[in-house]
Amino acid sequence: MCLALPAQVVERQGGDDAIVDLGGVRKAISLALVPEAQVGDYVIIHVGHAIGLLDPEEAAHTLALFAELDATLAADVRATPATPVKAP
Amino acid sequence: MALRTNYIRPLDFKQGRIDMSHGAGGRASAQLIDELFLKAFDNEWLRQGNDQAIFDAPPELAQGGRLVMATDGHVVSPLFFPGGDLGCLCVHGTINDVAMAGARPLYLSAGFIIEEGFALGELKALVESMARASREAGVPIVTGDTKVVEQGKGDGVFITTTGVGVVPAGLRIDGALARPGDAILLSGSIGEHGVAVLSQRESLSFGTSIESDTAALHTLVADMVAAAGPHIRVMRDPTRGGLATTLNEIARQSGVGMHLEEAHIHVLPEVEAACELLGLDPLYIANEGKLVAICAPEAAEVLLAAMRAHPLGRRTARIGTVTQDDHHFVQMRTRFGGRRVVDWLTGEQLPRIC
Amino acid sequence: MKYIDEFRDGALARHLAARIAAEVHEGRDYRFMEFCGGHTHALSRYGVTELLPSQVRMIHGPGCPVCVLPIGRIDLAIRLALDHGAILCTYGDTMRVPASEGLSLIKAKARGGDIRIVYSVADALKLAQTHPEREVVFFAIGFETTTPPTALVVKQAEQLNLRNFSVLCCHVLTPAAVTHILAAPDAARYGKVELDGFVGPAHVSIVIGSRPYVPFAEGWRKPVVIAGFEPLDVMQAILMLVRQVNEGRAEVENEFTRAVTPDGNLAAQRVMDEVFEVREAFEWRGLGLVPNSALKLRERFARFDAERRFDLRYQSVPDHKGCECGAILRGVKRPVDCKLFGSVCTPDNPVGSCMVSSEGACAAHYSYGRFKETG
Repeated sequence: MCLALPAQVVERQGGDDAIVDLGGVRKAISLALVPEAQVGDYVIIHVGHAIGLLDPEEAAHTLALFAELDATLAADVRATPATPVKAP
Repeated sequence: MALRTNYIRPLDFKQGRIDMSHGAGGRASAQLIDELFLKAFDNEWLRQGNDQAIFDAPPELAQGGRLVMATDGHVVSPLFFPGGDLGCLCVHGTINDVAMAGARPLYLSAGFIIEEGFALGELKALVESMARASREAGVPIVTGDTKVVEQGKGDGVFITTTGVGVVPAGLRIDGALARPGDAILLSGSIGEHGVAVLSQRESLSFGTSIESDTAALHTLVADMVAAAGPHIRVMRDPTRGGLATTLNEIARQSGVGMHLEEAHIHVLPEVEAACELLGLDPLYIANEGKLVAICAPEAAEVLLAAMRAHPLGRRTARIGTVTQDDHHFVQMRTRFGGRRVVDWLTGEQLPRIC
Repeated sequence: MKYIDEFRDGALARHLAARIAAEVHEGRDYRFMEFCGGHTHALSRYGVTELLPSQVRMIHGPGCPVCVLPIGRIDLAIRLALDHGAILCTYGDTMRVPASEGLSLIKAKARGGDIRIVYSVADALKLAQTHPEREVVFFAIGFETTTPPTALVVKQAEQLNLRNFSVLCCHVLTPAAVTHILAAPDAARYGKVELDGFVGPAHVSIVIGSRPYVPFAEGWRKPVVIAGFEPLDVMQAILMLVRQVNEGRAEVENEFTRAVTPDGNLAAQRVMDEVFEVREAFEWRGLGLVPNSALKLRERFARFDAERRFDLRYQSVPDHKGCECGAILRGVKRPVDCKLFGSVCTPDNPVGSCMVSSEGACAAHYSYGRFKETG
């Protein structure tokens, strides 16, 4: 249940208020749940609130994962460094 | 000694408001008509001061042409939005309805139902916008009517416009004429009007640079008819309910299916972003300055070129093909590569969290 | 749109599809439940299912908060508007959910109920401030993604000492629902589908982290891969699940590393814990009574709890006899297995919850996929 989108913080106003930009559209939202967000950061927004920060490095990492070539490497999957296994 | 005429204070457009006397048919009504409507719309028919307009038959009729008539009630809220207002929307909307038959629009009428208390200043702005749109399109507003309802019984103002036009002999453009194999053309990007209107609504305020695409399409249609008239099967403007609704309507009317290519349906980046934010699908959002044309496949190239040559059709694209389908499904190949149905709109498009 | 468009790339989709096809084992079926309604929607809207090999079967789980909202709860919301004259603020999703007496929120609005759609719960708070003479109630639905904003607003209401604002709390919890599916206490009635793994929700996980899913992997031995919301994310997660199954692993893996961490958003969790406590049991439409699966306001905030403020009594209302939502939400039946699907029950006239929200299994299939049945 997730209509949540990544948007860039373009302005911090008083308190928790901020303006984000998504593809050229600006929206006023609250950073109360992600108070550490800075201008320039990307946050995930949902019902007018940022609920988390987006990590650009991990985003690039994941995209690279999609583009992994060579289906014949299937057997060596666990040795592939690109697969992030963040099991707690 | 000459009779002194009574001094009638001119309408106060700065602070004045509509009251019940303006709709009663007496002096106040006459003053409203004189100082606002006649002044703005000014033409030979209105100057005659009759309750109706009389005009000569257009020349196309003598050559076997046919008359076309269309009407629209306009209830947009808010009344003013980026790129336009209720006034020009009415004029464009009815001109377009007439033009979609391949017709040359000739005259318009305008009926106003105004709520008691409505600001005269806003009314003036709307009326002047209508007048501007009408003049630019070359389609005069030749007759009209004004009524006033009590406060609380109207949403500011409702405007109904009716248009009359003439379609030349031999032209047959009708929603039931699409055939398997026909090309589906779309004159430009979708979703702008709906997003521009939504961006003004209180609880959905966000800053965008999206403007309504409201425009009169009759000159574009004239170029299309000149280029490929006999090969055009259907024309329709995708207003309320969006492109998806219009295509489903045509598919049902003609008893056909459609295959679309999402990659060829153009959506401005900001419109796409705004729709993402609200959980809306651009396919279902109203447009007021675009049209869909379905034509015989052999005429597609020529029609495309004619449309692209016109300022309102620069981004015309072929978005799909009509197919044989007893279920009348409008299917689409997504940019992603999968297939989905583009269904009828269900209920209202409501912004969602899920 | 950055971080969105790249995750919808068609060329990468074909590449991923080829990998999945290459790695599925001959003659073996893979049944994965995507819990989150957002994933159901992504699968349908982009036609992802078509790109998967036929051995992979995606089962739509109960992760759609609108779909699992019982009729009785909508009835309470309608009563607040029609009987108590409150301004009932709601997210758009709930407007068309069918309730008792042929009503819904949209129909109650037509009968004069002051029901208003808000994009954010903060809008409801603003309404309470600008209309001190009216009672304003916020209809709070949603999983853990949507709950923290509600908590924030309740705290604000307390700070502002508002006297006319309350919340009808129907927030539900993800892990409890997954446990209920796995435990299947009502398997005798609905049947049970053997699942090979879960695609974990994207945004719920941003809030709760990846840790809460560990019991499903370690206790129930089911692989879980938390997936981002875009179609490529879902496909990558499916690939990772296939690999776990093939290798006999049962772990919690995270595909959505750009936004999900093991701990989740602690600030959000803190504020949720401050304002809400877990209800002993809560009725889920289609799933029945699920223990420890929903939230209510703590005693400290009792005056902001609409149920206590208006002395509301919840009454359970059974679904239509022919409605198969119960079985569909568990993945035991598919939309086309329901006699009502597409005939009596359509998106325009939804009978059951699965047809109401665009992410419900039935609505998604009807809107995007039913042409497939006709070939």
